Amino acid sequence: MWDYTDKVKEHFMNPRNVGDIADADAVGEVGSLACGDALKLFIKLDEKKERIVDAKFQTFGCGSAIASSSALTEMVKGKTLDEALQITNQEIAEYLGGLPEEKMHCSVMGQEALEVAIAKYRGGPVPTHDHGHEHEQEGEIVCKCFGLTDGFLKKVIAQNRLHTAEQVTHFTKAGGACGGCIPKIRELIAEVLGEQQKLEPKRPERLTNLRKMQLIQEVLENEVRPQLWADGGDLELIDIAGNNVQIAFRKACAGCASSGYTARFVEQKLRELVADDITVEEVQG
Amino acid sequence: MKEIYLDNNATTRVDDAVFEEMRPYFCELYGNPSSMHYFGGQVQKKVDEARQRVAALIGAHPEEIIFTACGTESDNAAIRSALEVFPNKRHVITTRVEHPAVLTLCRGLSKHGYRVTELNVDGEGRLDIDELRSAIDENTAIVSVMYANNETGVIFPIEEIGSIVKEKGALFHTDAVQAVGKIPLNMAESTIDMLSLSGHKLHAPKGIGILYVRKGIPFRPLLVGGHQEKSRRAGTENTASIIALGKACEIAGDHLVDENTRVKAMRDRLERELLRLIPAARINGGQAERLPNTLSIAFEFVEGELILLYLSELGICASSGSACTSGSLEPSHVLRAMGVPFTCAHGSIRFSLSRFTTDEEIDTVIRELPQIIRRGREMSPFGREILQQS
Repeated sequence: MWDYTDKVKEHFMNPRNVGDIADADAVGEVGSLACGDALKLFIKLDEKKERIVDAKFQTFGCGSAIASSSALTEMVKGKTLDEALQITNQEIAEYLGGLPEEKMHCSVMGQEALEVAIAKYRGGPVPTHDHGHEHEQEGEIVCKCFGLTDGFLKKVIAQNRLHTAEQVTHFTKAGGACGGCIPKIRELIAEVLGEQQKLEPKRPERLTNLRKMQLIQEVLENEVRPQLWADGGDLELIDIAGNNVQIAFRKACAGCASSGYTARFVEQKLRELVADDITVEEVQG
Repeated sequence: MKEIYLDNNATTRVDDAVFEEMRPYFCELYGNPSSMHYFGGQVQKKVDEARQRVAALIGAHPEEIIFTACGTESDNAAIRSALEVFPNKRHVITTRVEHPAVLTLCRGLSKHGYRVTELNVDGEGRLDIDELRSAIDENTAIVSVMYANNETGVIFPIEEIGSIVKEKGALFHTDAVQAVGKIPLNMAESTIDMLSLSGHKLHAPKGIGILYVRKGIPFRPLLVGGHQEKSRRAGTENTASIIALGKACEIAGDHLVDENTRVKAMRDRLERELLRLIPAARINGGQAERLPNTLSIAFEFVEGELILLYLSELGICASSGSACTSGSLEPSHVLRAMGVPFTCAHGSIRFSLSRFTTDEEIDTVIRELPQIIRRGREMSPFGREILQQS
């Protein structure tokens, strides 16, 4: 059984704002019967068309999908459309005291429905019944089973700092059916991680030994290991002697034919982000 | 809140008499049956008695019974043994609706040079026997087909399958974990070569199972390193659980008629009343021959996990073929293989009864479930016209 928080339970046992709004200003629909969950969100604005005065939902889905929808409708009330657009899926999950990682896609569905509703309101007439996926993000379809684009997946990967294909499945469902797109998802993760690194240059000018050792550890933790995890591998820092960093490979990396190549990748990362003269040595340990 | 336990295909409560039977073998009669002294010897006698009791339930000889740790181990042992016995035969046949213990093993074999055929089922969960006839050949080492499906309760024509398998000289294994104790089995007049059984599905504890291996059928052990079970399964015997399983099999034999009359009548009433009270519901495998205790019912436009959570709040324990309860995202492989329409594949619930189920418990489900389904549908954006009918 899922370890749902009391707040999640309370929201699926007594969901707020179930139903529809006949004269809704904005309606957003995501998901489908075939996908196993779907959410139709109704939003009513005040007379000046600035603030959300009412929100209702209809959801087909599991307990956490109902709870996420209920939370979303409570959260948007009183907000302007721009404020509502700032709501992230993490905030929906936090409102509920957290969701099991396998259920995070329920919170993403809530955020998506909100974006679709507002985009449609701003873009033209309110759409009627349409049970297909409504991702507004441009791009190519990556996951054919659930109809998810690379733009949408990259956004969720970046916002939630996802490191593995499995996490992407938990957050978006992508790759959860036939699994054919999992290699592509791994590429997207690497792409997003690469972009984040460019945005956050970390290389300092002058280094004490102490600071260097800290930095090496930080880079291994934040930049290197997550990429190894994505392929089921891992490494452990064994020792640092001057500029010589000794590591041991773990899990899939241990005994992997390409571990020499991986060691060079680690060295390259450390040279890029810590110091030019770092060498990486693979040791048993 | 007293639980209403209708998830007996997942596991069962240990019968009080079974627990009493095993209780002395922890702190008092804890000897090792292999020991030379009297203290171990008295346990050996009880293990022998248990072997006879298990054999009696399925019409086998005691020496054809190998005690294992679970149904999964038995399945793995049977299939791996057949592949070792016939090193030159590189083909395995199973079904798309098999338990993961068999299916995952077979799919793994297909990555190691074996050809694996997964037989299809029709919309009612019935096997296509002609597909078996055309798939099997002299290169087939083993055919593994479950006796009855755990999700739908659909029973396969095991003897018909067995006679086809025998014609081609392959071994025939059946995972009978769900069938034993619910329908009569008789190995004395059967085409089955190997059969898996699990204790915790018939009111014995978890962690004990058997593999039946017909006399004369060559066998290679999965676990080696000890002479136990005539060197067919090494490892010190789980004596207390073996003794418990023996008792559970004896009691199961006494209750076979009850399973097929009183328990079946409760299942049939539950099925009839739910179909009468809830629109847009269908029975998975309803036209096929089924186990007397199992009801798999699909509801359109409402998701299975939500139904289970609402039932659970009332103390009613059932399970679903829904993806959301398992962490995977697709409906169960069984319902998909049956081609259950996508409008209701996500909303399937399995009730599985036992001899401990009461009429009052069934009454409670009949009273509560229609409201739960209605509530779920009221929240759903789909199928709103159905609400007007109910």
